[in-house]
Amino acid sequence: MASVVAILDLKGKPLIQRSYRDDVSPSNLERFLPLVLELEEEGNQVTPCFSSQGINFMHIRHNNVYLVAMSKRNTNAAEVIVFLHRLVQVLVEYFKELEEESIRDNFVIIYELLDEMMDFGYPQTTESKILQEYITQDAYKLTVAPTAPITVTNAVSWRSEGIRYRKNEVFLDVIESVNLLVNSNGAVVRSEILGSVKMKCYLSGMPELRLGLNDKAMFESTGRTPHGKAVEMEDVKFHQCVRLSRFESDRTISFIPPDGEFELMSYRLSTPVKPLIWVEAAVESHKGSRVEYMVKVKAQFKRRSTANNVEIYVPVSDDADTPKFRASTGSVQYAPDKSAFVWKIKQLGGGREFLMRAHFGLPSVKNAEDSERRPPITVKFEIPYFTVSGIQVRYLKIVEKSGYQALPWVRYITQHGDDYSLRTALEKGSAPIVPM
Amino acid sequence: MNRAAPKKGENYELRADLNSEYREKRKDAIKRVIANMTVGKDVSGLFPDVLKNMQTEDIEQKKLVYLYLMNYAKTQPELVILAVNTFVRDTDDPNPLVRALAIRTMGCLRADKIIDYLADPLQKCLRDENPYVRKTAALCVAKLYEMKPELVIDNGFLEQLQDLVSDANPMVVANAVTALSDIHVAATSEPSTSGEPQPGVFNINTHILSKLLIALNECTEWGRVSILTALSRYKAQDDKESEHICERVVPQFQHANASVVLAAVKVIMIHMRHVHRPDLVKQLVRKMAPPLVTLLSAPPEVQWVALRNISLLLQKRPDILQNEMRVFFCKYNDPSYVKVEKLDIMIKLAGDNNVDSLLSELKEYASEVDVDFVRKSIKAIGQCAIKLDSSADRCVNVLLELIGTRVSYVVQEAVVVMKDIFRKYPSTYEGVIPTLCANLEELDEPEAKASLIWIIGEYANKIDNAAELLEVFVNTFVEESYAVQLQTLSAVVKLFLKKPDSAQGLVQKVLNTATKDCDSPDVRDRAYIYWRLLSTDPAAAKAVVLAHRPPITLPRTTVPPIVLEELIGDISSLASVYHKPAETFIGKGRLGADALQRKAAEQDDEVSAQKALQEIAAGQQAENLLDFDDVPADEDRPTGLAATSFTSTPAAANLISGKSTNPLDDLVSIFGGASMEVPQQPPRANGLGGLSSPIAADPFASLGGGASRTPGLGSGVTSPVPTQSRQQQPQEDLLGLF
Repeated sequence: MASVVAILDLKGKPLIQRSYRDDVSPSNLERFLPLVLELEEEGNQVTPCFSSQGINFMHIRHNNVYLVAMSKRNTNAAEVIVFLHRLVQVLVEYFKELEEESIRDNFVIIYELLDEMMDFGYPQTTESKILQEYITQDAYKLTVAPTAPITVTNAVSWRSEGIRYRKNEVFLDVIESVNLLVNSNGAVVRSEILGSVKMKCYLSGMPELRLGLNDKAMFESTGRTPHGKAVEMEDVKFHQCVRLSRFESDRTISFIPPDGEFELMSYRLSTPVKPLIWVEAAVESHKGSRVEYMVKVKAQFKRRSTANNVEIYVPVSDDADTPKFRASTGSVQYAPDKSAFVWKIKQLGGGREFLMRAHFGLPSVKNAEDSERRPPITVKFEIPYFTVSGIQVRYLKIVEKSGYQALPWVRYITQHGDDYSLRTALEKGSAPIVPM
Repeated sequence: MNRAAPKKGENYELRADLNSEYREKRKDAIKRVIANMTVGKDVSGLFPDVLKNMQTEDIEQKKLVYLYLMNYAKTQPELVILAVNTFVRDTDDPNPLVRALAIRTMGCLRADKIIDYLADPLQKCLRDENPYVRKTAALCVAKLYEMKPELVIDNGFLEQLQDLVSDANPMVVANAVTALSDIHVAATSEPSTSGEPQPGVFNINTHILSKLLIALNECTEWGRVSILTALSRYKAQDDKESEHICERVVPQFQHANASVVLAAVKVIMIHMRHVHRPDLVKQLVRKMAPPLVTLLSAPPEVQWVALRNISLLLQKRPDILQNEMRVFFCKYNDPSYVKVEKLDIMIKLAGDNNVDSLLSELKEYASEVDVDFVRKSIKAIGQCAIKLDSSADRCVNVLLELIGTRVSYVVQEAVVVMKDIFRKYPSTYEGVIPTLCANLEELDEPEAKASLIWIIGEYANKIDNAAELLEVFVNTFVEESYAVQLQTLSAVVKLFLKKPDSAQGLVQKVLNTATKDCDSPDVRDRAYIYWRLLSTDPAAAKAVVLAHRPPITLPRTTVPPIVLEELIGDISSLASVYHKPAETFIGKGRLGADALQRKAAEQDDEVSAQKALQEIAAGQQAENLLDFDDVPADEDRPTGLAATSFTSTPAAANLISGKSTNPLDDLVSIFGGASMEVPQQPPRANGLGGLSSPIAADPFASLGGGASRTPGLGSGVTSPVPTQSRQQQPQEDLLGLF
């Protein structure tokens, strides 16, 4: 529950605010930034929630704005923080970009959204697709006033009745993101696969869908034996359209989908993953004159697959200059804004291996303040037609009372997650880490 | 209203436009008015002009006017009345969107005049055929209750809300539950005149329970949060019912919304107290782990809330995430508030099977750039050593490697940590001492200096050049901070007692300097006492100064059990995030002794109130012990790691024996144990009071330690670091009472 929700600029000035309850005066917003600065100054963590003089501030940061909620009660912090993120999501879907400028330009509609998304401090409708049905930017274009928002309170609150398509189609994208951390001694310290099934639904009426995956738990619960490999998903999260109790009882994924694009489910596996793209860097640093890198990349997946748009970010120190590169494939660029150089390879075939050398000059006088930063090497890539977990869509059944035939299309892709990183190799000459 | 409004200026122009004959122009003017309102300009003077535009078919314009009214209704109460007619008419509009908008806005106006007109349309809207209107009206009852509770009761709105809980539409059910819960909180938190706690207005019975469980599977994510929160308040009739609730709630773990997941965790944790079938408990715990881990893929702020809650859950059920330590490894780009929480959880999960990978991670963190995080990582290595005896050797090795880096703050923190390890494993790592002493000159932080001096004093007989090393500090005695002075003093005396011949001159010198040239009364006092002891009874001096110290352990919990129980019941709320009971930060309340007592009595697990109070007394101390930032380095106590038994704390003892009659006295002594400014407390009233036995052994040390914390005297180290000022507030509040 939130008494006030506001968006502040970086100077702490409210760009827009909405008061939902009387117990907290919006003027308390003025205290927000000074409190943050004070915490920082004292060397403390600025945590997403903090309390001062009986007021609890809960905030998130997005681009150049803060989204802040205030409350006096022992409120549900998780709910409020998730709501603020949802607010960002909705505003981004409305205006593409959420920042100071777009907030100033669209204050009228933001007020409307704030009014609709939260009432008396309790979150209401936060599905932007539904909101867009009756809160539109071009209200004046509408000849008829928007009428009953049936969907808002439908038992199926995420889908309107009477949707019609000439061609009924469903597109399924199974996207797996790999997060992985490799230690400087080459051991995989942590790895996880975050999978997501995204759907584009162009179906008429109120279709009932059933999705079958090669889910190990499903085979176990039904007593059937899988034809190929079965995958054990550690945790599965569903869009609110999926009947959770049904899934709990027999692992069936059944639902009435929203119209258009949405994320049907996400899942997580923490089975150890062999690094699909392996990168090794040897660094030879001559303090005060130059530093050399030798980077090796290896595609550790089957030959029939290919990784596209591979980008390898190798961090270099801020004061490096005069870059020189030589690569056996792809192109290399210096990205001083990221304190790194980027090796880009358009297509990297399975099993292939390439080398790259980089040479930088270093200033002769070392900045004393500049301590040894050692950010990890990060890698971006995507491998189409392949899921690292081996998950597969076995079937997608579509039943609608009019009995039409619909075509499901499935695509698979494996890509880097938000943290695919390999810790930089130690400098040549220094002692390697002793395995304990 | 200012009648003599100026004939020009922006407001004048706006007024003209608001009264324009062209629709578009009027609407545009309203937008400009709202724009001005948004940037904080006062446009309240235009109230009547804006009001004229309320009656319109254009729903967007209507919304804008409503928005304006919500903002200024309070300042123009007598004009709001003019809007009532339109509002009431709008609640009859054929468009349900307009009906809902009108009833929602009326509830937000908060002007007395309008409230009296609210009852009739609200009555109507609660029975509206459209669920969107009904769900909006349900919340409006809560709004009305906040302003005029008697109106809600007189009109029977509460009964109507109860009826809506059985509504066919899950969204309406959810909002009815939300409204009832909100009213329940408002009603029960009000101070009652009779002294009795107010009876709740939303008491969930088995009938409502079944309705809630059905609606839970059908309503929107936020509705689920609200229903789950209500379920957590339900008192199950028997174990069977608890089991039933758990089974029905478990599927919610699969929801994509993190707050639904946490709300479900809360319900399960609460109702699991009454589940006695071991297989079911095991199953529930097993099912809880994966969703908790998945929360770590959420945005960082959500992760943080989840991590704070996981920390509590682990204290209650250490087995939940047994094999999941790796997922808590810090990502390079994690915000530091996330990293710190992850460190905390990693230590909680540390065990013999994973300590190797943990140590190599911690070592990695110790080479990052964020100084604060580096220090905390090094501290974590020390905690690891103290938690797992078998890992101590490896921890010490890592620390030595870190000392080898010669990065100043790394070395200093490592020295502080080493002192704790010496404390836990006396005489085990003496081989390390030369390496530590080699870094003597690089230390410039009082805490690190004090730690090293303590080590030298403690092992004076094993260090050949101890006298030489200490002499450095004796020579600069007056320039050092008090913490270092106190340590130097004790160390030199220890040296003298162990090797009388080599330190005769040194001890004379330090006692002289400390008693004559030192401006801290603590240091002076301690020096005088040492002096007197040494000159009258060397044997007694030995018994006191070289007393055996009890070993230290890493406590499994950071909050006292009874508070933990309360916080577990508050999962996902602010209390669970702060790790503080709600009463300590929700402003209105000061935590009174009777409140504590009542709470203790309310606990389901029949813990006696006395025991509870004792635990709280002890807990307050434990809490201080565990606030790493908070605990100054004084005497030979390991920073933040020590927690020995709390058996003989006088405050607690008082309570148990029931000697004191005034509950407030109890409280003073309870908190006195933890905070430092209570005069009637014996000298041992310092934050580390938990160490009861060394007091007897080393009273002078405590004397010094305790007194040096008086405000104004505290040096850089001894004054409490303000990190936790928020958390300390309640204690200060309490002290302010007297």
